[in-house]
Amino acid sequence: MFARVVWLVLRKDLTVEVRSLEIAYTTLFFAVSCVLVFAFALVREGRAPEDGAAGILWISIAFAGTLALGRAFERERQSETLRALLLAPAARPAIYVGKLLGIVALLAACEIVLVPLVALLFQAPLLAQPLWLAIVLLAGTIGFAAVGTLFAAMLVRARTRDVLLPVLLYPITVPVIIAGVRATATLLQPELDMDSVRFWLALLGCFDVVFVTLALWTFEPLMTD
Amino acid sequence: MPKWFLPLAIVCGLMFAVAPILIANAPYESTMGLVQKIFYVHLPSALIFLLAAVVCGVASVRYLFGGNPRHDRIAWAAAELVVLFGIITLVTGPLWARKAWGVWWQWDVRLTASLMGWMVAVAYLLLRKYGGPGSDKLAAGLALFGMANVPFIYISVNYWRTIHPTTNVLPTLPVSMGFPVWFTFATFFLLFILLLRMRVRLEEQRAQLDALYLSVDA
Amino acid sequence: MTPRLGSGQVDFDHLTVDDVSRHFGRRRAVSRITFQASRGTVLGLLGPNGAGKSTLLAMLATLLRPSGGHIRYGAHDAAAHGAALRASIGVLGHDLFLYPELTAQENLEFFAALYGVADPRRAALEALREAGLSDRAGDTVSSFSRGMRQRVALERALIHRPRLLLLDEPFTGLDDASAAALAARLKALKKDGAMVVLATHDLDLAEGLFDRAVFLRDGRMLAAIHRPAALRSTYREVMTRDPGAGRPGEGFGARLDE
Repeated sequence: MFARVVWLVLRKDLTVEVRSLEIAYTTLFFAVSCVLVFAFALVREGRAPEDGAAGILWISIAFAGTLALGRAFERERQSETLRALLLAPAARPAIYVGKLLGIVALLAACEIVLVPLVALLFQAPLLAQPLWLAIVLLAGTIGFAAVGTLFAAMLVRARTRDVLLPVLLYPITVPVIIAGVRATATLLQPELDMDSVRFWLALLGCFDVVFVTLALWTFEPLMTD
Repeated sequence: MPKWFLPLAIVCGLMFAVAPILIANAPYESTMGLVQKIFYVHLPSALIFLLAAVVCGVASVRYLFGGNPRHDRIAWAAAELVVLFGIITLVTGPLWARKAWGVWWQWDVRLTASLMGWMVAVAYLLLRKYGGPGSDKLAAGLALFGMANVPFIYISVNYWRTIHPTTNVLPTLPVSMGFPVWFTFATFFLLFILLLRMRVRLEEQRAQLDALYLSVDA
Repeated sequence: MTPRLGSGQVDFDHLTVDDVSRHFGRRRAVSRITFQASRGTVLGLLGPNGAGKSTLLAMLATLLRPSGGHIRYGAHDAAAHGAALRASIGVLGHDLFLYPELTAQENLEFFAALYGVADPRRAALEALREAGLSDRAGDTVSSFSRGMRQRVALERALIHRPRLLLLDEPFTGLDDASAAALAARLKALKKDGAMVVLATHDLDLAEGLFDRAVFLRDGRMLAAIHRPAALRSTYREVMTRDPGAGRPGEGFGARLDE
């Protein structure tokens, strides 16, 4: 029943998004703009600072992710459909997981465009280790989205939700940013230090497990009045 | 206010009056000279900062799963004290570091973790102030997440530094825990208890006032 | 120790609202409301804006917990058994609870599946037929008029055959024909044995609908009247009463015959 609810919510979110593609397009364009702003700010003599590509990639994902989270829950708020979801006898953690997977899918779609773009603009060999990079991005995105989905759902009824989401989200997701950037930067080096990458991946994996568990545990008390 | 409050407040005031004398008379540290004395303020406030964070985290968890408003009040008061003692720590630290070792800031484990912990506490207060109704539960959730985050910050910053070693000029542990350190720690601890009690009492009175409003014409 | 509720064991024969209050900070939204209802009845919550009708409905739906008092379905306290109860409660809210980007059929199928209905597709098609919207099944809800959306929303609320139906201002924006159709539908549900609680300030359209009416103002209950006739004049008379004086009106505490 849990898995069924997750699938229902996920499929519903994807259907709604595919109809208008509003969040997908705007988030993607915002992320691209971010990358360009960083390019203008940081590139000197045609080269970004060392490890710049990795940092810029992750910052753009974090900013775009915050935007996407805000928009996704704003949509639920408008027709009070979040309330409708809470009224159903479905297990609330299942609703959380469904929404989480939807956000991860959205961010993954953005990353597919962002990675080649950053590689191109900053002449960084991001695609040298595509499988490892994909795993790192996935682990980091899940961690970021796990905390973000919970916080965005928590803030749905607050008036200042737009500005409070980043204020709450960024300090908590600092380890994700550190691990993600470091792992990505290591993958860019000509001499590959796989131990380092494995360490960062292990850290990201632990973060994901711990925080998804915490979110599942606290979703019900945080959503009930 | 409970009976012990006023006597303790007086004791605390006296200790604050005595402390500078003790600090001034403490032996000079060999290399740093007078500047080292700021350590007597920095270390206790750092420890109380940590204590307040733990109190806030534990009270938040108990409130989130127990619903007792008293725990919520304690968590809120503790969060404010985290910010207060955090500011003292994060200001005295760089002042000392600058004079003693020439750097304002270093991204070492403890400093980074302290700064992030402080940021979460500030976020907690912003959420309580601007989050609207229901922000008590949300803030408790944030505190829980902040607490869970600490080991990850430690591990990630630690590893980050080992693979990019820079000279770590800051001492790892204070060398000698002489009497002045214990004294100032006790003083700050007392201050923490008093401020916490006072702040919780303020919230209790606010809650009583709300209850009075509600019962006026029921 | 009350036994765990399994699905199908929930007793919606009697609803008891016992001294229920709810406040938000200093604002008292609902204050010491007490009434009872049985299956096969339509109960009206009447009162001006801000009387506490929506808050009370949210508490009946187990979305909000009362600050004081108890809400009981049969012998079970609503706060303790929220999830199990929700399977048998249908809500038609002020905001309709429909996804505008999805078609009518998709909306109904989604909620049917979410509520564990056996064959969501067939249930959705049947519901659309009942609402007279089978030809618009494939159109997105955003293209519907208010009345059509209301019909879909009502079907959404009923798709899992709830034993308790809660409606918040359902007559808003409806023309006379739609309103009459809604009233007829509610009467049919009542005959089926469901319990209907309806909050409205639209007295003309609700005439003759209620088996019992609870009158609210400023969160307090002014009267509970059994089978009120001439709603408008009754309403006017009740609203002039002083909430502090005396007990609520006739019919209080009496159980209706099935």
